[in-house]
Amino acid sequence: MELFTDYTFRNVTLGAMLIGAISGFLGSFAVLRRQALLGDAMSHAALPGIALAFLITGQRDPFSLLIGAAVAALVAALWLLAVVRTTRIKDDAALALTLAVFFGFGLVLLSYLQRQPHAAQAGLKSFLFGQAAALIERDLWAMLAIGLPALALVLIFWPQVKLISFDPDFARSLGVPVRRFEVLLTGIIVVAIVIGLQTVGVVLMSAMLIAPAVAARQWTNRLEYMVVLAAGFGALASLIGAWISTLGEGLATGPLIVLVMSLFTMISLLLAPERGLIWRHIRRQRVIAFD
Amino acid sequence: MSPQLEVQLIAVIIAAACTLPGVFLVLRRMAMLSDAISHTVLLGIVLAYLISGNLSSPLLFAGAVAMGVLTVWLVELMSGSRLMHEDAAIGLVFPALFSLAVLLISRFAGNVHLDTDSVLLGELAFAPFDRIELFGLSLPRALVVGSGTLMLNLILLVLFYKELKLATFDPALATTLGFAPALIHYGLMTSVSLTAVTAFDAVGSILVIALMVAPPATAYLLTDRLPRMILLSVAIGIASALSGYWLARWFDVSIAGTMATMTGIAFLLAFLFAPRRGIVAQRRQQQINRERFALQMLTLHLLNHEGTRDANVECHPRHLIEELHWPAAFAGAIVRQAEQHGLVQRRGDMLVLTEQGRLFAAEASVR
Amino acid sequence: MEVAVDIKDLTVAYGDKPVLWDVDLQVPRGVLMAIVGPNGAGKTTLLKAMLGLVRPAAGSVRVFGRPYHQQRHLIAYVPQRSSVDWDFPTTVLDVVLMGRYGHLGWFRRPGRAERDAALAALAQVQMADFAHRQIGQLSGGQQQRVFLARALAQAAEIYVMDEPFQGVDAVTERAIINVLRDLRAAGKTVVVVHHDLQTVTEYFDHVALINVRRIAAGPVAEVFTEANLRATYGGRLALLHTPTDTAPAARPTPAPGD
Repeated sequence: MELFTDYTFRNVTLGAMLIGAISGFLGSFAVLRRQALLGDAMSHAALPGIALAFLITGQRDPFSLLIGAAVAALVAALWLLAVVRTTRIKDDAALALTLAVFFGFGLVLLSYLQRQPHAAQAGLKSFLFGQAAALIERDLWAMLAIGLPALALVLIFWPQVKLISFDPDFARSLGVPVRRFEVLLTGIIVVAIVIGLQTVGVVLMSAMLIAPAVAARQWTNRLEYMVVLAAGFGALASLIGAWISTLGEGLATGPLIVLVMSLFTMISLLLAPERGLIWRHIRRQRVIAFD
Repeated sequence: MSPQLEVQLIAVIIAAACTLPGVFLVLRRMAMLSDAISHTVLLGIVLAYLISGNLSSPLLFAGAVAMGVLTVWLVELMSGSRLMHEDAAIGLVFPALFSLAVLLISRFAGNVHLDTDSVLLGELAFAPFDRIELFGLSLPRALVVGSGTLMLNLILLVLFYKELKLATFDPALATTLGFAPALIHYGLMTSVSLTAVTAFDAVGSILVIALMVAPPATAYLLTDRLPRMILLSVAIGIASALSGYWLARWFDVSIAGTMATMTGIAFLLAFLFAPRRGIVAQRRQQQINRERFALQMLTLHLLNHEGTRDANVECHPRHLIEELHWPAAFAGAIVRQAEQHGLVQRRGDMLVLTEQGRLFAAEASVR
Repeated sequence: MEVAVDIKDLTVAYGDKPVLWDVDLQVPRGVLMAIVGPNGAGKTTLLKAMLGLVRPAAGSVRVFGRPYHQQRHLIAYVPQRSSVDWDFPTTVLDVVLMGRYGHLGWFRRPGRAERDAALAALAQVQMADFAHRQIGQLSGGQQQRVFLARALAQAAEIYVMDEPFQGVDAVTERAIINVLRDLRAAGKTVVVVHHDLQTVTEYFDHVALINVRRIAAGPVAEVFTEANLRATYGGRLALLHTPTDTAPAARPTPAPGD
């Protein structure tokens, strides 16, 4: 398969799979803690961070841009927390306004940069919709360098992470430092986002966090299996999406991956044993027939 | 009218049109649906274009609005299945539909002016160049369509005000009274859809979200009354749009982005400085409460131990500090305050309640 | 009489509204105490303050004479069922195992001993057969028993429960009260926010009546009187049968309360 022999394709495919796996894994916690849209808000909020990083460093260096993205996303998360905790504004309105305002500010910075005489700033637009085709080997190493420690932390503190995701009050009563772990869990979403932004872009990032986890949940009742399955779905969807995008003209990788992943989710929702809607329907018919 | 004036007029009209349904989105905790709808309308436009083959067909408009409503229906379908929560449902539906739209555009409509960038960004500055004839006048299309939407939203608001209010605050009661909350809900969503489609050509989906959510959220921090909230939202939306326009012209940056930023600044100002609900006011109130509780605690304790055998131990400031677990500095400040307010007096080493202090304590204990 | 939990001057406020005001309460060791009062009267807040889950504006909580955060391992918490998402992908056994996390510390994983302790706790509430069921597949009463088993697995000295009898079936109610009585027989202290005035005299030996302030507290026979109940519930109480007239073994006739 061309995908793995050709150097460029290999980078793109491997990069996409890496992102799919990491977002799937880390996104599971966001979904379970009902912070699915936090990823959406934070990925939109990353835009001004990226623009500012470019403004400051003057170059499209992946590390500094990712750091810019991460800082902006974290600021947005802290801001969200402050708003929801101290005012009567509920989380949905806080998310929507944070998303729009930060992103709007990012657009302001982008438009300012566009008037600057730098050729490299054209790449910043790729953060909007992702540009998987532009992934180079250095980007892959950056992803691993950021992604693996996040994964490792989750695995090391697995019991605490699981407990806090399920019952933070009980965890607090045991004396577990819940606040610190909540920061960790928000931090890992930031990690997933900064890694994934390059492939699928701002608008579609939330799908990479949510869809694999929702799909995986339908097939298993154990958290341990769910996160692995989510990683698997994410990687597989990325592989297939990357492959399809090589088949023709005008097939952007990011949207293709999201579509494939959404298809997996639809199939899971319908066909998974026990939870699947089709089985539910059949069971119901059986009961009615029995009466 | 000069192009600049036209652009500002369009901005004002669109801002007003967006904030009206936005108020109810915020109150009904459905703000993120504005995010979903403003992205998925693109798919409606694309599909309608592919069917009709032409960019100015009214089918595009209808298709976009329909897609917006379909989005809401899909989200509810998904979360109603109980296989996922509502937020996950939103995060599943709109990226999928949006991806489909992007792919269809690049595959089948790549040569057409359906620029995906403009979906997000819009381009207000170009609005004066897209004109239509109306009553013999040449007007920007965005102005005409925007005014129509604003008019429609106003009419809907006035006609259905009490139903909206009831369905938002007490859906159960609304049902028993015969107002179908589901109808109101989908009516609202159609309005949101319509507004998003109208607006995003000019200002892009991000500004649509900003205008629908931020001014109402800001107003929500400033008032408790629905009519006032609506008026404030519109006013803040218009102010943000105009100030955004001028700042964008001054700095020569994205107009839509600046407007969105200004809605954020308005919210930030309210967040910090709103009377009663702003951070500054809250901190002050917390401080006042802390002191009031402490004064009550102090006088109550003095009252309880007054004239008892161990009074000369219990009523000593240091003992009180121990028993009430107050840090020394705080205790000192409270005792001073109590003296200032004439609630206690020092008699030698001890603290003694005055008549006023006794009354204060008695009141406190009845609460 | 040793005091298990000593609450002094506890005041908790949200904004400028006091939810608990100047509450003094001593929970003697080894009792089965009910906390009753109208909705919104601060009962859950009192529990949470005992567990260090809310910061009081004033006052202190001491457990066996020491500040609560030094004694966390001695207190087990059974929260309201509605506080978690029961669709979470975890099994009954996993949830009960979480009760052992306090003993495990940071890096140890649950092993054989923990598993056995968890299964024993499940057996105590008659849920051993459900060990590998996903928690969303349980009925309300079964979920409540799982939470109780989790607390039992903590092997604590004091058990603090928030409305454990709310909305459970009769089988579960019997199972829970039997566990509570076993705990008392073993010398443990149990504090329960209870919603059902009818069963206070039957199930508990001590009661605290709370309505923002402490109205009264002490042995049920002394404190659970008509006068105190009226003071707690204001006018919103219709007594058809005075509680203190009831023989302890008999069930009181229905007395609607808030």
